[in-house]
Amino acid sequence: MTADVLQAGAAMRTMVAPRRRRRGNWAPLLFLLPAAVPLAVVTTYPILQGVWLAFRNTALATQENAFVGLANFRTLATDDLFWNAWRHTLIFTGISTLLETAIGLGMAIVLSEYFFGRSLVRAAMLVPWAMPTVVTSKMFGWLFDGQNGVINWLLRSVHLISRNIDWYGSTHNAFGTIIAADVWKTAPFMALLLLAGLQTVPKSLREAAMIDGASAWQSFWYVRMPLLAPTMLIAGMFRALDAFRIFDLVYVLTGGGPADSTEVLSTLSYKTLFSALLFGYGSAISTAMFITEALIAVGFGIFIVRNMRRGA
Amino acid sequence: MAQVGVRPGTLRRMALRGGAVLIMLWSVAPFVWQLSTSFQEDRALMSPTPSLIPHPLTFEHFFNIFAVKHFQSYVLNSVIAAGVSTLLCLAFGALAAFALSRLNVRGRFGVLALILSVSMFPQIAIVGPLYLIAADLNLLDTYTILIVIYLALGLPLVIWVLFGYFDTVPREVDEAARIDGAGPIRLLLQIMLPMSLPGLVTTGLLAFIAAWNEFMFALAFTSNIDHQTIPVGIANFTNLYYVPWGDIAAASVVVTVPLVLLVLVFQRHIIQGLTQGAVKE
Repeated sequence: MTADVLQAGAAMRTMVAPRRRRRGNWAPLLFLLPAAVPLAVVTTYPILQGVWLAFRNTALATQENAFVGLANFRTLATDDLFWNAWRHTLIFTGISTLLETAIGLGMAIVLSEYFFGRSLVRAAMLVPWAMPTVVTSKMFGWLFDGQNGVINWLLRSVHLISRNIDWYGSTHNAFGTIIAADVWKTAPFMALLLLAGLQTVPKSLREAAMIDGASAWQSFWYVRMPLLAPTMLIAGMFRALDAFRIFDLVYVLTGGGPADSTEVLSTLSYKTLFSALLFGYGSAISTAMFITEALIAVGFGIFIVRNMRRGA
Repeated sequence: MAQVGVRPGTLRRMALRGGAVLIMLWSVAPFVWQLSTSFQEDRALMSPTPSLIPHPLTFEHFFNIFAVKHFQSYVLNSVIAAGVSTLLCLAFGALAAFALSRLNVRGRFGVLALILSVSMFPQIAIVGPLYLIAADLNLLDTYTILIVIYLALGLPLVIWVLFGYFDTVPREVDEAARIDGAGPIRLLLQIMLPMSLPGLVTTGLLAFIAAWNEFMFALAFTSNIDHQTIPVGIANFTNLYYVPWGDIAAASVVVTVPLVLLVLVFQRHIIQGLTQGAVKE
């Protein structure tokens, strides 16, 4: 979730000054146990088990279950479906994160100024975020319906198109429609995170800039943007990691189709696990996904640290 | 307003107002259309010119989803899975956050970082192995497996946010409590929790919304209406010959309206909770 990220930032700052500690006793462990057990059982253990499965040919249909070494990964390396999904996932992650950050920034700038009804707008922005993704998916299915969709009707009314467009039933448009749905759902949330970042910029700084004769644009670009950059990078990283896992939208709206044109790693992995019942190969896919995601996180991490160093 | 020349502020104010209107449209227009759709007859939905005002107004889609498709079963399943997991999340999360903030836990920031990293891996990586474990333990198609999964998925956020709240309660407070003879449990229950009520409300809501909306695990681990949750139910809403957009819209309205109301009532808390770390300092 994007939410814990900002917390991480705050904690990292506190980390600098560790508190004094005494020799521990058993009480803290008892307090931690009820949380530690489900976390270990539901996350840590299955992750390790997944890596283990990636080296086996476990299949529920044939009851096979033997160690096969790197065979799964060798298959993966030449599997066009996998690389197709891998490419889609990376493109989706890149484009939707960029669009959401840009649009979110625009929204945040509007909201950082006072206007009548601002708190109402801010509350309304939580609607897309709170709505179940499955509902978003179905909603876009109806809005962008090829026959009776209101989007087609609107575009025809203003003569932008002359005939209805098949938004998610054709290989040309489906991927774009998925991105649109994701951007719709997440941009307002991104805006609220960035707004919080903007509001930390002390008023006195903007006033000082104004007294020095800076234009609104200069005061934004040279005073607020540099101070917003860390928030934007951290929020962007968490958004990217989240976008990388996209499943619900694709699975419900297109199921990865038509003709695999919207297949992403999560949907491919899910189908390999639960339709083909190939638990070994499916785990190899999710392990590869895991590695890719870790690389993205490390990339962002390096970038953020560098950016902060330069700032400091 | 009788203004002759354009004052420098006017243009800006108009741009601001235009932006606000756009954001409002972006956020609510699609759902308003969904709301309108849920009250329209199928015939009206197929007509070449859509109308925002339902005419004639019909409740048939709501009748369909409850009387024919037994939507109430999905709602009940979701309430149980999301409700119980949220309560457990708050209880277990508060204990852990309290220990990390106030008891002497070695490498507490290591623990916090570990908890955070656990919430960052792709969930698809655990669904397969977890399915095999659940099948072995006969936990497929049970509330238990959904509750345990949602508990684990919600815990990292709950622990982080509550830790943030607990850590802002001044240490002098615990000293005073200790002098008065209160043990750690009493300190947590009678002092820390009441002082962190907004944090509790926020994290509870966030955990609930996450569980209420969760789709992939529910899809994989449940196979019939006795345990399937709302998202799975809606995803499976199809008729033999056509997509029942009206029924889908009605179901969307039924699941989303309570969430929207909750969010509107607690919006201040939610926005604060989501952005707490950024705003502090």
